[in-house]
Amino acid sequence: MSGRTLFGSGFARGFSKAWLLGGFLFLYLPIVALVIYSFNDSPIPNVWAGFTLKWYAALPGDREMIAGLWLSLKIAFFTACGSVMLGTLAAFALVKYKRFTGRTLFTGMVNAPLVMPEVIIGLSLLLMLVSVQRVLGFPERGMLTIWLGHLLLGMAYATVVVQARLQDLNPQLEEAAMDLGARPHQVFYLVTLPMIAQSLLSAWLLTFTLSLDDVVLSAFLSGPGATTMPLVIFSRARLGLNPSVNAVATLIVLVVSVGVVLASLAIARAERRRSQDLAAAARGG
Amino acid sequence: MTAQPAFLQIQDVVKDFGGGAVAVNHVSIDIAKGEIFALLGSSGCGKTTLLRMLAGFETPTSGRIVLDGRDLAGLPPYERPINMMFQSYALFPHLTVWENIAFGLKRDGMPPDKTAERVEAMLKLVQLGKFAKRKPHQLSGGQQQRVALARSLAKRPQLLLLDEPLGALDKKLREETQIELVNIIEEVGVTCVMVTHDQEEAMTMASRIAIMSEGKVLQVGPPADIYETPATRFVADFIGNVNLMDGTLAEDEADHCVVDCEDLRHYVGHGITGTRGMAVTVAVRPEKIHLSAHAPSNEDQAHGFNRAKGVVKNLSYFGSYTVYHLELPSGRVLKISQNNTQRHREHEPTWGSEAWAHWSRQSQVVLTQ
Amino acid sequence: MNTLRKLVAWLLRGRTAVIGVPYLWLLAFFLLPFLIVFRISVSEMEGVVFKDVLTLTDGVLELTVKLSNYVFITQDDLYFKTYLSSIRYAAITTLLCLVIGYPFAYFMARAKATIQPALLMLVMLPFWTSFLLRVYAWKGLLTEHGWVSELLIALKVDHVLLAMGVIPALGKFMNSPFSLVLGMVYTYLPFMILPLYGNLAKMDLRLLEAAADLGATPWTAFWKVTVPLSKAGIIAGSMLVFIPCIGEFVIPELLGGPQTLMIGRVLWDEFFSNNDWPMASSVAVVMILLIIVPLAIFNRYQAQAQEQRR
Repeated sequence: MSGRTLFGSGFARGFSKAWLLGGFLFLYLPIVALVIYSFNDSPIPNVWAGFTLKWYAALPGDREMIAGLWLSLKIAFFTACGSVMLGTLAAFALVKYKRFTGRTLFTGMVNAPLVMPEVIIGLSLLLMLVSVQRVLGFPERGMLTIWLGHLLLGMAYATVVVQARLQDLNPQLEEAAMDLGARPHQVFYLVTLPMIAQSLLSAWLLTFTLSLDDVVLSAFLSGPGATTMPLVIFSRARLGLNPSVNAVATLIVLVVSVGVVLASLAIARAERRRSQDLAAAARGG
Repeated sequence: MTAQPAFLQIQDVVKDFGGGAVAVNHVSIDIAKGEIFALLGSSGCGKTTLLRMLAGFETPTSGRIVLDGRDLAGLPPYERPINMMFQSYALFPHLTVWENIAFGLKRDGMPPDKTAERVEAMLKLVQLGKFAKRKPHQLSGGQQQRVALARSLAKRPQLLLLDEPLGALDKKLREETQIELVNIIEEVGVTCVMVTHDQEEAMTMASRIAIMSEGKVLQVGPPADIYETPATRFVADFIGNVNLMDGTLAEDEADHCVVDCEDLRHYVGHGITGTRGMAVTVAVRPEKIHLSAHAPSNEDQAHGFNRAKGVVKNLSYFGSYTVYHLELPSGRVLKISQNNTQRHREHEPTWGSEAWAHWSRQSQVVLTQ
Repeated sequence: MNTLRKLVAWLLRGRTAVIGVPYLWLLAFFLLPFLIVFRISVSEMEGVVFKDVLTLTDGVLELTVKLSNYVFITQDDLYFKTYLSSIRYAAITTLLCLVIGYPFAYFMARAKATIQPALLMLVMLPFWTSFLLRVYAWKGLLTEHGWVSELLIALKVDHVLLAMGVIPALGKFMNSPFSLVLGMVYTYLPFMILPLYGNLAKMDLRLLEAAADLGATPWTAFWKVTVPLSKAGIIAGSMLVFIPCIGEFVIPELLGGPQTLMIGRVLWDEFFSNNDWPMASSVAVVMILLIIVPLAIFNRYQAQAQEQRR
């Protein structure tokens, strides 16, 4: 890739750099502002009046927020686990079995939550759960119902991630395993699973984040005592600017950034080692 | 000839995928123990489908496959005493070379010490002992292939299947690997069926070849038989280069026959059982035709048979041999191949020069199909 | 007895479980809810209980389908305007995302191969941090004394915006069409960039070389070769932005105002404020009908993309 672009090279390179820089500035400006104003010592949230850590100090005592965080983490964990399991099954169904009855409907249902407005998903799921509750006496609205809603969304994302990896897999690998004597379930555990492991992890992290961040589904599906952290933040944000929100935001940004950077570095290092190996092999070493 | 049934019997096998095309169309082949047998044909001829049916990845629509007296019907791939070397090698990327080779042995529940013994023996066979701890991506293409071979031989299969074994290698490597592969397979003594679209590969490696086209087997035999005695026009044209000349049968006796083509006459040194006047095709390989500047004067040629005069329209120099295209007055072009046995030859035919082509009465094959 | 055994064997077969479990799950938790929504939208509500649509009393089967909600939606000016307004905002957002995102993805794909993973990570990073917080951050940036607010005032951009009718008054940027679209474009930009990048990065550059060889200028080659080939990415990105934007709730709630009519808020209000579940359901059903066509386009693109990968 030689950086070939639209116009003469000098102008093009400058233009492309400017556009990229502008874009990244746009993307990161709010995050930077959030972080800076979390240290703002002022009664008026938007006017800078000195550096302070008092908002952070107040966090541990913020029972509403802590409870919300704890609940959100729990739900996110179970959402991630469930989404990966269901998503992997769905991905296998789509990749391995090219023809089965109702495949179009299945594909539609698997892909739709990716784009469907959450208000629709939230409302419909809630109405169904209420109808079920009227008949069976359960489930009560609360953590379980929120989890079900997140699971629906998470499954769609997990399917996309795992399916992409499955399709890239060389089908001859599984055939080779069978040829050498591995029964179908052995093929899965010994060959397929190790090879899709990384995508399973990505799907887990993706659905975890999704669940942690969700507002609308949680709002529709929550019950008394089941207020997730995003709901806490949302109700405060609706009322106006609130530095406690900034403080929480900064911590989240910190955790996520560290995580993403570490992951990227690890992946980059593995890539570099891999290309070194390939080069060595080509030299005949 | 003993009445013992063949080691591998493919009995009237059909594979119909539905929707029109029949991939394998009533194929019957007998393969002897210890043979290296090649299925040769262009893509889509059904050879790969047939191979996959042997491996167990496809089930025949009808017909039987019998290995060493045992009908393989209903046996899934992991229960067959057959192993395959895949075209892409299909080495497990997350396992080392050692673990790749041991994979099949472990599935059989072989105790660790026996497994180690066997893996070491296989590594020695393919000369990759130093690379046991490496992962596949750390090996070159040729090395990966050797691992694939070792892995497929580790379980001492009764039948070894090779899917385009040399397809992924470049020319130089291919020649070396051909010989190596055959040596190893013969050393182990395993019966082998290979699939390829490359004639050279089939002819150098296999002891017998089956030419396949559109799901059918056209001819089975040793390479020399297929080359020198093709059964049909298709086979004659498919293997190597050939001059095909249509004509009518003028004479047909026990020891000779004569074929009249529009612009030349063939005197063939053997008879065919045909009827006078029937349409036949005479096939002559380019290397069986001789080019000379002067009119040939052997017995047949003197009587007007087995010769033609023309102008050299084209020539291609290949170093050790040259191929000439000789255009006859009728418009027919004969392909003639001559070895360059001397560094410089007097009166070398060149573009536009007149020349005579002649061939012996033993060089032709008369085809009725 | 034999059929029972066969049934159990079929159930335990790998294929049945692998397809069956997610399928049943989706039918129960995705399809069934929609059917229920539809049913409730035509139900009469008595206090907090829904009267049955189908009743059997004294041997008389009665079908009560209350269509008044739908009639109300189609006749009431406000609903109609809100649907239209939602589609309009979604379309504007999609267009802006495309205009900003396409060059972005293009330049990313043409950057040096070694820094592309880093660029990708930089685009993904905001995506992993909470979107709610980032939308909230824009509140801070656009309210009085906010950085962006001060900047726009200094550059006199607010005059332009006022002339366009997208802000209520000079110096006031919050709770306006401007802040809403800004927030939506900000949130959905990565959804446009990523599929476009994926598509453009895989493009064979030799096609551009062939075009140049045949006499096309870089500008022509871009429009006649690159853009048509990236059509799949454009469609994917556009659907990933357009469809959810129509029903978006959080951003209009935090950054929008009385002027910005969005159907997501209407649905929320009908449900949470008015407690009118049948009404909310009817609103939802109409919304579903609106997005069925783009949804079908998206589904077809997904299926095609999977075909190509194979």
